[in-house]
Amino acid sequence: MGAGPVFKQEVAARARGSGRGARRRARSAAPPPRLPLSVRPVEDGAADGLGEAPGTGAGRTPGRLALARFRRDRPAMAAAAVLLAIALFAALAPLWAHLTGHPYDAAFPDTGLDAAGQPRGPGREFWLGADQLGRDVLVRTAYGARISLVVGLGAAALAAAAGTLIGVVAGFCGGAVDTVLARLMDVMLALPYLLVAITLATAFPVSSVAGGLAMTILVVAFFSVASFGRVVRGQVLALRRREFIEAARALGASNARIMVSEVLPNLTAQLTVLTSLLVPGAIVAEATLSFLGVGVRPPMPSWGSMLGEGSDVFQTAWWLLAVPGALLLLTTLAFNLLGEGVRDALDPRADAGPGDG
Amino acid sequence: MPGFVLRRLAFAALVMWLVSTLVFAFLHLSPVSVERVVAGPRATPDTLERVREGLGLDRPVLVQYAAFLGRLLRGDLGDSHVSGAPVAALIADRLPTTLLLVFGAAVLWFAGGVLAGTLGAARARGPWDRAMTVFTLVGLSTPPFVAALVLLHVFSTRLGDAGLRFFEAGPPLQEHFLQRMILPWAALALLMAAAYTRLTRGALLDALGEDYVRTARAKGLTERRVVVRHGLRSALTPVVTQFGVDVGALIGSTVVTEKVFGLQGVGQLVTRSIATGDTPVVIGVTLTVTFVVIVANLLVDLAYSLLDPRVRPA
Repeated sequence: MGAGPVFKQEVAARARGSGRGARRRARSAAPPPRLPLSVRPVEDGAADGLGEAPGTGAGRTPGRLALARFRRDRPAMAAAAVLLAIALFAALAPLWAHLTGHPYDAAFPDTGLDAAGQPRGPGREFWLGADQLGRDVLVRTAYGARISLVVGLGAAALAAAAGTLIGVVAGFCGGAVDTVLARLMDVMLALPYLLVAITLATAFPVSSVAGGLAMTILVVAFFSVASFGRVVRGQVLALRRREFIEAARALGASNARIMVSEVLPNLTAQLTVLTSLLVPGAIVAEATLSFLGVGVRPPMPSWGSMLGEGSDVFQTAWWLLAVPGALLLLTTLAFNLLGEGVRDALDPRADAGPGDG
Repeated sequence: MPGFVLRRLAFAALVMWLVSTLVFAFLHLSPVSVERVVAGPRATPDTLERVREGLGLDRPVLVQYAAFLGRLLRGDLGDSHVSGAPVAALIADRLPTTLLLVFGAAVLWFAGGVLAGTLGAARARGPWDRAMTVFTLVGLSTPPFVAALVLLHVFSTRLGDAGLRFFEAGPPLQEHFLQRMILPWAALALLMAAAYTRLTRGALLDALGEDYVRTARAKGLTERRVVVRHGLRSALTPVVTQFGVDVGALIGSTVVTEKVFGLQGVGQLVTRSIATGDTPVVIGVTLTVTFVVIVANLLVDLAYSLLDPRVRPA
């Protein structure tokens, strides 16, 4: 690609009027004038201190500052604790099955259903009640938590990797490559994702649990790539006209090298924030697909499919709605709070708006 | 300006073409045997062969593809594999319900979100603002189908007869129209309103920090007039843009709400067709909704470029 298109890229970047550049970790950034050390950072960038304040000694790296900010963020710390508890609950799923004597896919119509065939509520035998087939809600919820976490984290990681690749290449290469990739992302954003996912699942029915899980992760990730890639592309466009990129180019670094060792490190903070905010959306998407019966396949329980399969008996068995519903809400809420905490910690000057796109 | 319109139209056509090609590829690569679905599980090989010929499945792929695109251009979405009825007619029957659901909810969430956000920004950090912040956080985290299930459960079973008046089951849509729509509207609008509260609050706080707002205050205008006439007017621009995008996108995701509340819209058509493996219907709905969404986005963009010349690329 050579050094030719630099000027054109600059024009394009300016025409885009892209948002804030990455100031984080940009070593050239001038430190804000520091007042005597305040005890706690206020909302604006005053505590952002990239510069070494005299007398504070070692340890004021951006990473430690971010960690310190995160520790003081009480909602985010609470969210982290809740998520830890949910992860533990999910990890110990076989233990619950062992303690109760109820495997997740086994039905116990004799003990789980009453004489009229209605599921029994929470009690000694079924701690969180039984479902419409007499299966243990506690055990199934624990296995469902595994699905939610695996799909949420897996799809977010996958979408982040693909979106970063597309965004960096599009933003950095510019020209025809950028036009094609940007248009492609626009097309993906215009797709009604739920319907396309349903079409996909109807055209390619998978019956195995592993197949359904893989398909769900792929589908959820696929529809997050475009919005992620678009934000990354905007950030790269803003970065590209910075002096250190030009310096690397003048030193003869190849495009690939500049992308990997100059552009990417300057994006890590934003990428972390974006990825963590992707997780709750992925969890909701998985639950929605499973609720409609096109996500995770039975007998593997998912919170979404538990809510879908039990919806006929909610009137008498409220716990079938309350248990998976409350856990789902708690998990997405905690991930949202955590994501916002990560954003405030890594990027304290970012707008508290609802995000791009 | 004409160049801009043409470019937008060309892009809309491109998206439509890509989506139909994608869907055709799904269909062609699908391991599901179409003739088996049409002819039934006990059909003889002879019958299957005749069905294949009748559907044109024995012709080369490219010929099938050309025929598929040709039919689409004429608005022909094929026939249902299960009932044999034309898919376009099935969708035409259901689309009004879906559109009513979306537009009714849209009015509610826009009004509610803008109002709540304005009140929040006018007294930032006050008790109302704090309550709204919690509400938006919960609203943004709640999966739509969970909200719908909870509302339905609370109103139809917990509150007994009093609650039932809000939700009277059974077709047709015309009877008890309002009663039947209140809960679905509320389920959709409540969560969307959360996003709009946050959006309005942020935009309005930004606008209230501008110099002309200070000037307006210095002139001695009442606070209400400053907020509404000076602040809100400019703050609403990003909100309205988002609104256009969301209304379009929501048409494609009412599947869940319709399933929960038993509304006979296109979403319910899809859920029913998944169960019977009726691919033409699923594909027909996907294409129709994509079309509606694209047209909606196109209209928003065009209306926008008329109102605000700055968004028009040179």
